[in-house]
Amino acid sequence: MTTKLETLPAPDKKSGAGKPTNHRKPKVRESRGTLAFSRSQRTKALIKHAILILTGALMIYPLLWMVVSSLRPNELIFREPGLWLNSLEMSNYTSGWSALTHPFGHYMLNSAIVVIGSILGNLISCSMAAYAFARLQFTGKKLFFGIMLLTIMLPFHVVIVPQYILFSQIGWVNTFWPLLVPKLLATDAFFVFLMVQFIRGIPKDLDEAARIDGAGHPRIFLRVILPLMVPALATTTIFTFIWTWNDFFGALIYLTDPDMFTVPVALRAFVDSQSATSWGSLFAMSIVSLLPVFLVFLFGQRFLIKGIATTGIK
Amino acid sequence: MSAISELSSFSRRKGKATAEEKKANGRDNKAAYIFLLPWLVGLVAITIGPMLMSLYLSFTDYNLLQPPEWTGLENFTRMLTDARLHNSLRVTFTYVFIGVPLQLAVALLIALVLDKGLRGLPFYRSVFYLPSLLGGSVAVAILWKQIFGTTGLVNQVLAMFGIQGPGWISDPSTALGSIILLHVWTFGAPMIIFLAGLRQIPNMYYEAAKVDGATTLQQFWKITMPMLSPIIFFNLVLQIIGSFQSFTQAFIVSGGNGGPSDSTMFFTLYLYQKGFGQFDMGYASAMAWVLLLIIGVFTAINFIASKYWVFYDD
Repeated sequence: MTTKLETLPAPDKKSGAGKPTNHRKPKVRESRGTLAFSRSQRTKALIKHAILILTGALMIYPLLWMVVSSLRPNELIFREPGLWLNSLEMSNYTSGWSALTHPFGHYMLNSAIVVIGSILGNLISCSMAAYAFARLQFTGKKLFFGIMLLTIMLPFHVVIVPQYILFSQIGWVNTFWPLLVPKLLATDAFFVFLMVQFIRGIPKDLDEAARIDGAGHPRIFLRVILPLMVPALATTTIFTFIWTWNDFFGALIYLTDPDMFTVPVALRAFVDSQSATSWGSLFAMSIVSLLPVFLVFLFGQRFLIKGIATTGIK
Repeated sequence: MSAISELSSFSRRKGKATAEEKKANGRDNKAAYIFLLPWLVGLVAITIGPMLMSLYLSFTDYNLLQPPEWTGLENFTRMLTDARLHNSLRVTFTYVFIGVPLQLAVALLIALVLDKGLRGLPFYRSVFYLPSLLGGSVAVAILWKQIFGTTGLVNQVLAMFGIQGPGWISDPSTALGSIILLHVWTFGAPMIIFLAGLRQIPNMYYEAAKVDGATTLQQFWKITMPMLSPIIFFNLVLQIIGSFQSFTQAFIVSGGNGGPSDSTMFFTLYLYQKGFGQFDMGYASAMAWVLLLIIGVFTAINFIASKYWVFYDD
């Protein structure tokens, strides 16, 4: 099933013509060409590598420098642009960890609660909606599907004020509910769409066979479709993790009590409270906050890249 | 491929019911609505309800404490004379119309260099993609604040060449540029979409062109660009919609006030200040609808213009 996402053609219509492996063929032939030809090919590849390495280094340098700077005495951050480390200074991490009202771990735990809740919410609600859109015939299907696609592009600012009023009237400000409930209600339409695309690729014969065996829709969904759409669920999990972990706007609006701060708002409070002299500990906590995303990136890259390539989500 | 191509093909398919849909007795409304229930509740309670509510609020004066007071078009006429709002529109437009093309150009360039089975592709791809995962975080915004500060990394490097750089983010003429650069830095996501698109172009086109003696440049303009135009269009639409809503980076880099002298006061930042700083909820709602209108108009222009430059290989 993993290949399904991979081979979903970018522009639908070209699927027949463009086999993904086609572009590798001429490479073999070129290497058998004349000496002059292969030399120019080699120079070309060399130039390409040079461009890529330079651009890549330029892009990654700030991140590396932040890591190195967080392990340096504070004053060096203002005058040491290099990446050399004379000694490992862990004090930035210890002072940063306890710089706010609560130890930084408290905010990470808050973030973890919101992230896990959001993932579960998205997995359950989006897969249910996707099953209906991909497999069931019902009145108003086209209309609803169109609305669902439109909501992907809807700027959240249009709904944020009334949502805030609604949630504050229920008394949910400074709880995680305003961040979690929308996920339980499939408002991340991105993922509904991603899953619809995926389910459409699962052969219908499997549903039919289950139906002949007397299975109803709940059983077909749980026993046939869900197990087969694990790659789409993985992509959803990973994207939800990263977006929720990074989410600043929602937390900024709904979480004003330091007890409830998630990592992004805690970091923001840190920036505001510190004078310019404590960049070291600020960097240290920034790195701590980026670490989970980096780990997810490291281990979930496959799903991330397929997810973007097939649905174009960010 | 995408939500966008799905939407644009929506109108074309209208009226032509598929065989499947004609089979009216095959409908399972009950099951479908049960599966759709979370999504439907979300649509009504989290999306459409709040949208209508914010439309209503945009014609009122409302501060959360007293009930909303109908003021007709006053919020909108106030906008006409609100110089800060005009400035925030200028800042946002500058950000979108410089940042998006620049980011997409870099993304396309790197994708072109990366294409055609270059050795080490997965590694390069990861390096270029990582920043777009981290770019939306508060931590990276903090890093940016340091890098482009008066004694930041950029000026440290410049000082090595004897150049005294400006205080990038504290100088109104360069502050927005620094944030645009942060947007360009996250070119990895569109790059991956471009890579997927490039892979779909049948290699036989290039082979035929080579036989006819077409230069690399001719191949690029006559084959790559037309074949890739749907993907470019897709990226353009998505990035424009997303960039109009940019918030976190400007908020953190400017310390929440859109400074210096409002040079990074994005429309969304001003909306936040009005709504959640001054609790001028009516005005904030009106602003949100203006934002929706602006995004809608630009998306529509994009779709109309696409007829003249986007090539569909039907």
